[in-house]
This record gives sequence, structure tokens and C-alpha cells, in this order.
Amino acid sequence: MEQFGRLTAIVAPLDRANVDTDAIIPKQFLKSIQRTGFGPYLFDEWRYLDVGQPGQDCSNRPVNPEFVLNQPRYQGAKILLARENFGCGSSREHAPWALKDYGFDVIIAPSFAEIFFNNSFKNGILPIVLDEVTVDQLFKEVQAQEGYQLTVDLEAQTITKPNGEVIHFEVDPFRRHCLLQGLDDIGLTLQYAAEIRAYEERRKQEAPWLFMHLHEIAEKFDQI
Amino acid sequence: MAGKTLYDKLWGEHVVRQDEDGTALIYIDRHLLHEVTSPQAFEGLRLAGRKPWRVDANLCTPDHNVPTTEVEGGPENIEDPISRIQVLTLDKNAQEFGILEFPMGDPRQGIVHVVGPEEGATLPGMTVVCGDSHTSTHGALGCLAHGIGTSEVEHVLATQCLIQKKMKNMLIKVDGQLQPGVGPKDVILYIIGQIGTAGGTGYAIEFGGQVFRDMSIEGRMTVCNMAIEAGARAGMVAVDDKTIDYVKGRPFAPTGELWDRAVEHWKTLHSDPDADFDVVLEFDGSQIEPQVTWGTSPEMVIPITGKVPNPDYETDPVREAGMRRALEYMGLEAETPATEIPVDYVFIGSCTNSRIEDLRAAAEIVKGRKVSDRVEQALVVPGSGLVKMQAEKEGLDKIFKEAGFQWRNPGCSMCLAMNADRLPPKKHCASTSNRNFEGRQGAGGRTHLVSPQMAAAAAIAGHFVDVREFL
Repeated sequence: MEQFGRLTAIVAPLDRANVDTDAIIPKQFLKSIQRTGFGPYLFDEWRYLDVGQPGQDCSNRPVNPEFVLNQPRYQGAKILLARENFGCGSSREHAPWALKDYGFDVIIAPSFAEIFFNNSFKNGILPIVLDEVTVDQLFKEVQAQEGYQLTVDLEAQTITKPNGEVIHFEVDPFRRHCLLQGLDDIGLTLQYAAEIRAYEERRKQEAPWLFMHLHEIAEKFDQI
Repeated sequence: MAGKTLYDKLWGEHVVRQDEDGTALIYIDRHLLHEVTSPQAFEGLRLAGRKPWRVDANLCTPDHNVPTTEVEGGPENIEDPISRIQVLTLDKNAQEFGILEFPMGDPRQGIVHVVGPEEGATLPGMTVVCGDSHTSTHGALGCLAHGIGTSEVEHVLATQCLIQKKMKNMLIKVDGQLQPGVGPKDVILYIIGQIGTAGGTGYAIEFGGQVFRDMSIEGRMTVCNMAIEAGARAGMVAVDDKTIDYVKGRPFAPTGELWDRAVEHWKTLHSDPDADFDVVLEFDGSQIEPQVTWGTSPEMVIPITGKVPNPDYETDPVREAGMRRALEYMGLEAETPATEIPVDYVFIGSCTNSRIEDLRAAAEIVKGRKVSDRVEQALVVPGSGLVKMQAEKEGLDKIFKEAGFQWRNPGCSMCLAMNADRLPPKKHCASTSNRNFEGRQGAGGRTHLVSPQMAAAAAIAGHFVDVREFL
């Protein structure tokens, strides 16, 4: 897993509630069998005026000048400021892959959809939940001041504004630890392989119907 | 001490270990896979030199990309080269890792959430996961079932576990009796309209009360399927005799003495009478009317007797802006009666509404009638090869075809338009699917979520119409 520690970067404000993962990365791009290369298609339907296709060179596509990420002042942004229920809908991990590939390392919102929230951590993106009043104030400040930057420090669990004001944020200690260390979840879990085996042995006694041999049964049905 | 909820019981049975801060390893009994969210997970296994922890826990089938028109000669001949690669990659991975697959052309192939329960691969009391948010569907059988991302797909393949924290408990209780013409889809759309698309975030939702007790297993699947549209990763319904009857005799269901033992256990899978829920919401089922969504989020829903809302009356500025954007995207004026919204396309299918009962309900409305001339395309896409065969046995295909519907092969199809079935820009679609997000069914397309009966009636009328007039 990718590591995250501390970052000072430009903030891009996406002033919409319920931004869904279909909007973050439209379905035609889900056909890739890779984890990389989704950045150019992030928010494709909002960002461009034509309909994007996977593998397409985006450098000559007509861009929507109204869309926030196309405005010169937000170029190079690594922090996305969003509204409630960000990342709702489909479980596609292509959404955090696209956000990360574009360059976002932090997303700040009043609330996130759970699957997206979870997927973000797995890809080195830090999703931060702040109360609505604080988020609203950030929107005002970002829009008022060109080149507005925030410093996010995961170790200290703080966000520092340009005027020096510090906002504290909460983060699950386990997730914080994994993100700071860049730990591989699978490797961590496999440390408990003996416990998983012991659980399985117990369950095979208690609930043997959970351990049916699918292939054998399928073959039997094939013959009928 | 208070009793346990169904979710408490399912969680408790699957904890392998738990840390003091509540972070737990949860054992996964069934892992379903499809071609879109699995390739990167298999690639991850290969790169790390890992093998699946328990091959028999996994079952896969291609669904999102498969064409719904006949493909001669199998997946090698899928026209879209990128779809073809994805389907072939699943076939290859299934073979390489020894995972059971129902490939294209197998009558058991279909939408993964239709296939699991249909085959008895989903059994009551299981933990079921899949790289697809609509995995909540399987909760209808008294399972703890939810969607996961691709990193977690790889994690489950490699360890048979997930790292999780326990969710909170929510009970949504709907009592009373549904009116004729009102079905499971209307119930769940109504609930989402009441609690919003983030109303269930952080909770496992149990659906209880007379309405769900009276509901068929297929209907409960429709309801649990859309728990995620209310923000909840998992929705579930207690096991009862209907659940057990549904499971009996399915290919992967236990038999003989094992069956008896399983049933004995399954009968305990309900919330205790004194169980403690964090939130209890109650609704009166008899007040629910047929529903139709007008906007670009499932919570933007109105009864068919209602009107598109007016953002002028919305006090929250973020919500107001969302409503205005939705009206513009949908090409609708505020206060338009629902029955005056035109219909250009009709899609009956998806993991929400493509089971045999859904097709029967739609066919009942369609029988002896014709699709309106205004409708450019009306599709019926059964959820699996077996659903299709059953429907054909009952003559439902003829009813649809005679009315002017196209009768297709199983797959996800126009629910998310990853295959060739797409909603063109600015066209209004009466769709039995689950998401009306911008561009979901095709860039610029305008989706209205409805029940199969309502979609059938809209196809006939050429605009949305109260299906109760057709009964």
C-alpha cells in the first residue's frame, strides 16, 4: 500500500453533494484490466465536452472551461474539497485509482460513502471527515483566495490553514498506522494465518454446509 | 442484557479475531467474482506469488460486459475488443486459479447477484462479498453481504478474510399491507426517498415488519439490493420458512442430514425480540404508491400521483443547487406531473429486477397490449440463463415479443451500459435498474427508476402512468 504522511498543496473545491463513482470515473473506463492510467479520465463527463473512450489521447479533447479542475488556479491541486456523501454508488476502486492518478492525495468532505472511504485508504488517499460548518468555511476561503493551500499532517492529525489556524481531524488508528507505514493489508492478515485455520477447523464442525466442494457439485449437475 | 440483532449474530459467528479498538478479521464464506473488478486482484496475486486461500469459496461469472445479443462462437467473438479482453481475462484467471466459473454460453451464466442465490451458492447465515456494491442483494437470504473494492477482492482471495469494524444496527420496519400494483421496488424507492442516499451510511439495515414477511424472496432481494442506494453496505431480512423453501433443492444447497442441521441453525437467524437497534424507523406500507424517480439520485423520487418538486421551496442551498442541476440534466420543469414525463426507452432487467417474478409481473401488464410508437427501444434482459429458460417455458418471451419488446440474453446490460446496450443522450428511460446517476445508462441519458410493472405500463403508454390503472 502507498504511504501518506504530510502534504502542503493547492485545494480544488468540488461544490456538489452526492458525487457518485460513476461521475468520478464513467463505466467505459472500467474495462481496463490495469490499475493505472485512469487520471486523464477522472470526472470525464464533467471535464470534457465530448464523450471519452478508453485508451484515448485526452490532450486534444475539448475541455469544459466551467469545470473546476479545468480552471488554471486549481492546476496542481492535490487536495480535493467536496460535499456530503462523496463517492456514493458503485464499489469500483477505479474511482480512487483515478483520483490518485490525477494527483489527489487528500479528500476533505462532511461525509463519504463507506465503500469509497475504505477503497481510498487502500490506495494511499487520505479521506478526511470534517463537520459541515468547517467544510463550508473552507469552500468560502478556497474560492476567495487564489493559490489557497492547506497543510495536512496525518501523524499530528491536523490541517493547517494559510493563516496558521489549525483544524484537528479524527482518523481510525489502525488505518492511520497502515497509511503512515504504507503497510500491505494482505501481509498483515497473513500473520494471523494460524488463527484463520483454527477458525476454519471449528466452523467445519459447527457448520459443515459452508464448506461444500463447488467443483464436484457442479460436475454432478453437468451430467444431469 | 439485551438480545442480539440478526446482524450481531452474523457478525459474531464470523469474527476470526478482534483487536481492542474493534478492528476485526471477518471470515468470508462466499466470494463472488465478475470480470470488471477482479482482473487487477488476480494480477496482484500473481505478482506476489500468492494462491487463493480456499478455492471452493469462490464462484465467478461474467456479467457486466457480456453482449445480450447472440455471440456466435463465444467470448472470442465479442465485437468490442476491450469488453472481449475483460471477459477472456476472467476465463483465463478462473482456469489458472482453479475457480469455478459459469462462462458465457453456460445456461447458469448471468448477473452474479441473480446466479448466487439461484444456484444455492448463497446460503442463509453466510458472509457473502463481491467486488460490486449490489452484493447487498444476498442479505435477502439472511446473509451478511456487501460490496468490496478490488484491493479487498485480492485480500479475500488471498486470506479468506476482510479487515473490518462492526457497523451499527438499523431496523426499517414497514407494516401494513401493500396496495395492489405496489411492489418491492416501490417500497425500497419510497424508503430511499424518506431517508436519503446517505441515510443508512454506517449501518447494517435489517428490513422487518409485515410487508417484508409477506414478501417473496425475490422481492426481498430487490429491497436488499438497493440498501446501498440508501447508503448502507448491507441490507438483510430474517430467515423464515420462505427462505428455507427457496434454498431447498438448489444445486449447492446441502442435502440429507446436513440439510437438517443447516435448517436447525438457519431458524435462529433473526433478531431476538429484545434486540437493541441503534435506530428504528417505521413506515406504513399501505400508504406507499407506485414510485418513479425524477432526478439524478435515487432519493429524487416521487409517487406516480405526484409532481416534480420545485427547488424554489428548498431551504438548504446545497440541496437546492443539486435539484436545479438534476432538473437541467433531466430536461424537466419543476412541478411537471409524473404522468407527463415522456418515455423513449424501456429497460427491464438488472440485478434489482431481472428475476422470474419480475418478468412475470411485467408480462402480466404487457399481455395483449402493444409498446407505444413513441418508444424507440424496449428491452427485456433476464438475469440469468436459467431465468431466461424458465420464462420461455412459461411463454413470457412471446408475450414480450408480441408487444414489441426485444427479448435478450442475460447480463447487466443497460443498467450501466458497459456492453453495447446504451441509452442515447437526452432520451428518457423507464428502467428497473438501481441508479439514475448522470450518464449511468449512457452519456447524457435520462434514467427514471421504476418497478417492472411500472416500466411495462410506461412502455405501453409512452409516458409514465399509474400501473394501478392497468390492473
